[in-house]
Amino acid sequence: MDFLNAIVAFANFVLVPGTAYGAQLALGALGVTLIYGILRFSNFAHGDTMAIGTMFVILITWGFQSVGISFGPLPTALLALPFGIVLTGLVLVGTDKVVYQFYRQRKVKPVVLVMVSLGVMFIMNGLTRFIIGPDDQRFADGERFIISARNFKVMTGLDEGLAIKTTQGITVVTAVIVVAILFWFLNKTRTGKSMRAYSDNEDLALLSGINPERVVLYTWLIVAALATVAGTLYGLDKSFKPFTYFQLLLPIFAAAIVGGLGNPLGAIAGGFVIAFSEVTVTYAFKKVATYVMPEALAPDGLLQLMSTDYKFAVSFSILIIVLLFKPTGLLKGQSV
Amino acid sequence: MTRRDALLFVFVGFLIIGTGFTQSWNSALLILNMGLISAIMALGVNLQWGLAGLFNVGVMGFVALGGLATVITAMPANAEEWSVGGVRVLAGLLLGAGTVIAAIMVHQKLPAGRPRTLTMLATLIGGFFLFRFVFDGGVEAVEAVNPAATGYLGGLGLPILVAWPVGGLLAAGAAWIIGKTALGLRSDYLAIATLGIAEIIIAVMKNEDWLSRGVKNVVGLPRPTGVPYEIDLQEDAGFVETAAGLGLDPATASTLYVKLVYAALFAIVLIILLFLAQKALSSPWGRMMRAIRDNEVAAEAMGKDVTARHLQVFILGSAICGIAGAMMTTLDGQLTPTGYQPLRYTFLIWVMVIVGGSGNNFGSVLGGFLIWFLWVQVEPMGLALMQLITAGMSDGFWLKQHLIDSAAHMRLLTMGVVLLLVLRFSPRGLIPER
Repeated sequence: MDFLNAIVAFANFVLVPGTAYGAQLALGALGVTLIYGILRFSNFAHGDTMAIGTMFVILITWGFQSVGISFGPLPTALLALPFGIVLTGLVLVGTDKVVYQFYRQRKVKPVVLVMVSLGVMFIMNGLTRFIIGPDDQRFADGERFIISARNFKVMTGLDEGLAIKTTQGITVVTAVIVVAILFWFLNKTRTGKSMRAYSDNEDLALLSGINPERVVLYTWLIVAALATVAGTLYGLDKSFKPFTYFQLLLPIFAAAIVGGLGNPLGAIAGGFVIAFSEVTVTYAFKKVATYVMPEALAPDGLLQLMSTDYKFAVSFSILIIVLLFKPTGLLKGQSV
Repeated sequence: MTRRDALLFVFVGFLIIGTGFTQSWNSALLILNMGLISAIMALGVNLQWGLAGLFNVGVMGFVALGGLATVITAMPANAEEWSVGGVRVLAGLLLGAGTVIAAIMVHQKLPAGRPRTLTMLATLIGGFFLFRFVFDGGVEAVEAVNPAATGYLGGLGLPILVAWPVGGLLAAGAAWIIGKTALGLRSDYLAIATLGIAEIIIAVMKNEDWLSRGVKNVVGLPRPTGVPYEIDLQEDAGFVETAAGLGLDPATASTLYVKLVYAALFAIVLIILLFLAQKALSSPWGRMMRAIRDNEVAAEAMGKDVTARHLQVFILGSAICGIAGAMMTTLDGQLTPTGYQPLRYTFLIWVMVIVGGSGNNFGSVLGGFLIWFLWVQVEPMGLALMQLITAGMSDGFWLKQHLIDSAAHMRLLTMGVVLLLVLRFSPRGLIPER
């Protein structure tokens, strides 16, 4: 029984939150990796793209809530999501036309594009703060839990509860759907195939008559969808604050690099590697240990490897280790 | 420097002097002092970007290390904390460093294969628990001593001017670690690695109370020799008399005087660094760096060790940022880890370098002053603009209140627009590279 309790405690505090966080990071990293593969630069504005997309969703959600539209037990934000994606797509395509296109046509060095993306990041960050403010916003509504800790205890008779928040369930389900659609699109449709061809070999793709501007357009639209979904899920699960989204840049890039930049499957794997390492290393294992170990050996410390304030250090260390031993990432990425 | 460059400097000088006439001399001198420090940071970044094409997104971290240096060199040592746990903390840190070195040695000495990986992992995990065991006890003891006032180990009690080079050294050390791992790989990797180290340095400074009191801040840093305290000046009869002769009341005169002394100190550092940077730029070393930047493959074919040269210039540039960081904390008189924001300390410096003209040291200095001036002045200008836009709206209208409240965020927007416009229409900056 104690052993079961230990497993439940572990699942409650590590497995469930880690899975949800991993799915959010994976979606974010997919966006970064797509831009890297097709437009060939590291987009520093990605965190703030997520923020701006989430902001649209929040504003529309508030609009829906004020006229009394709701999604039953599910958060209203899911209804607002498609509209948010469209708006973010418009913003990104507009940014591309006004800003990036010029540099792409000149074929500048990637690092210049990175610098340009910094400027875009400034503007997006400023716009987000300008419109919605720099503070925390909560916009989750509907049922709070799929299973609450209390119900779980009653159901199983265990001492430990396992709580699964609705947002965590939605995160995982949405992520699976989005990823399935993305891979279907990349592997089965004509446009998706031309995107992969363009990413593999630009010159050859141009020779075969692929229209680069069309590929770029679709890339931005897909990235808008991925970023908005990732941002909204993160915001539902935790809360929305523009600065937190900027800080997400580090774990997202770590995930994309760990998996291999430019490789979509790698981005997903990387997202979960980073998320689980972060949650495991910063979780205090005292509770789990007290169940598993005999009473005499019960630990008096928290058994926490690192304080939660150092969660960035975890993604950073993993990043450094991968850079040292396998610079192209776990699954082979591009090495341009 | 051409005539046009000199005119640009004169123009920025007028902007600052104009602030003195229209607003107050106190704010003009504040802008001048921070402008001098920003110019030094921009010089450091320009060395990395302009001369070598290295993309450092962790300026904030190196600046913060400089700030940390002021505490550990200039604050007096806290005897009680040292006696209860100082040795244990140091022993813990040494153990931690020893573990990493041992793991590296295992990696280098043993032949590749599973035994090596396992030994290395065992060393790291065992070392980590040993480190935590020794270190945590020490930290707990140190932080328990008088937490409201001290609760940290303190520093060496040296003059604070010593902290400036020490700040450079600390930053150089961090830069070495990052450079060793990320240089030689693709350029984006360095950017992401520096972004990460900056966040971690700030996290350490916020959480390690034994080191610099974390978010409780260290206040009352000593001033450099030669910089008097305002209160002493106000009690000095000779000073009060001179001030009265200039038509100033003693309180204003003393703050202005202190700021002027700081400005002189900072200007000396800036001139020395600018001189060195100019020498470096025109030396054979500088030509080599530019050759590497412009064509790495060709430079490598000529027998230049590209990675080693990159590491060298990356460390130098970061050290300059560290010096500037120590100077800034000295000026503030206190270390506030929560004050370090990436947008302010990393990206603003980048805007300075790009707008001033990457690759040109004078350009960076000019950019430092100009962008700092804008950064300070955009907020009141934004507020005025918003009041103008909303003037026609009735009071209590939600949009009016929202627009006026959001004026503070105009800064980010303006800086982003400035950066993009310069990159697009004048990518070589105000004073281009020659």
